[in-house]
Amino acid sequence: MTLTEEPNIDKELIPILESVSDPEIPVLTVLDLGVIREAIEINNVVYIKLSPTYSGCPAMDVIGDDLTAAFKAIGKKTEIQLVLAPAWTTDWISEAGKRKMEVYGIAAPLNETADKEALLGQKKIVKCTNCGSTNTHLVSQFGSTACKALFKCDDCQEPFDYFKCLK
Amino acid sequence: MNQNLYNYIIGIADNSLILGQRLGELCGHGPSLETDIALTNMSLDLFGQVRSYYQYAAQLANDGKTEDDIAFMRLERAYKNVLLVEQPNTHFGYVIGKQFLFDVYHLMMLEKLQSSTDQTLAAIAKKSIKEVSYHERFSSDWVIRLGDGTEESNQKMQEAIDALWRFTDELFDMTDDDKAMVEAGIGVDVSALKESYYPKVSEVLKEANLTVPERKYFTRGGKQGVHSEHMGYLLADMQYMQRSFPGMKW
Repeated sequence: MTLTEEPNIDKELIPILESVSDPEIPVLTVLDLGVIREAIEINNVVYIKLSPTYSGCPAMDVIGDDLTAAFKAIGKKTEIQLVLAPAWTTDWISEAGKRKMEVYGIAAPLNETADKEALLGQKKIVKCTNCGSTNTHLVSQFGSTACKALFKCDDCQEPFDYFKCLK
Repeated sequence: MNQNLYNYIIGIADNSLILGQRLGELCGHGPSLETDIALTNMSLDLFGQVRSYYQYAAQLANDGKTEDDIAFMRLERAYKNVLLVEQPNTHFGYVIGKQFLFDVYHLMMLEKLQSSTDQTLAAIAKKSIKEVSYHERFSSDWVIRLGDGTEESNQKMQEAIDALWRFTDELFDMTDDDKAMVEAGIGVDVSALKESYYPKVSEVLKEANLTVPERKYFTRGGKQGVHSEHMGYLLADMQYMQRSFPGMKW
């Protein structure tokens, strides 16, 4: 449990890791999401430390299975370990990941202070992923998955997900 | 094995398991789609946390039992959750009232548990606190919305708070395992949280135009495994599949 903030990932493993995406947000690879805290290969076995986004997130089991399958396809075994400390934070989502998320239709997490203001309805700052307006309001703090909140745009009237800041 | 530690973990985890089960009952039955999803998301968070606790307990016990055995195969008396979390959902006011009265406590407890000398418990607490702070915000928000809403919503919210209030004091009872764990620097002295719990709860109730109950009599027993009449039904529901098909997996 002494993982640092910077993940320790073998460069050779990156192409395979990049081929595995989040089942709920398929545009994000597991690397974009920042859930891989360690991936090292020793004697043809890939040891992966996976940090869950939310404790009960069902996507974690799927990600584990997908990783195992991806490495099996190139003849490598995997040992996956779930690690809780340090706890995953939305800060670990890559910048590229945040951009892909926005294009996909999910507003990327704001910083902690802005996030609180947005979720408490104090400020209209969450940008609609459809028309770009910030004239939006919170419909529910919990959206289609635990990690998202549901918003609605008051200009174009479209509902959209906002990925909540987790820090 | 450190029996005190094992019991301590079970005590914390059982609260979340049973509350999570109550929330899960609302799947498909919430008053609106958004609330339904929110409540079941919270249930999922709690179950996720519970899995970490039970996995740790199973690892300590090392007796061949898994997290699922601990969750599903115990008899009623072996569950050590507080009476509050097993109370039925009755109506939405009760769902929110129960959640709120527990969330405020849960958040305070986890804040302290983060600095446990037990690395695993500290890690679970650090992970869980991020989720539970959303729960607390959600339930406080609804208490205010209902209390400060229509005459009917105010009356129903008040009724739920009045009915559930008698279960709050048990949250701060210290079992022998709790005491041993506090002494070892592992556990949280929950009795010390009481001082800040009631002012915090009262603050939200006042904002919600609700009356803070003045009841002085409190019901307790869950921490000793002596549960209310609702617990048997809850367990029957929860344990049915595992008892019918032992070891089944989705």
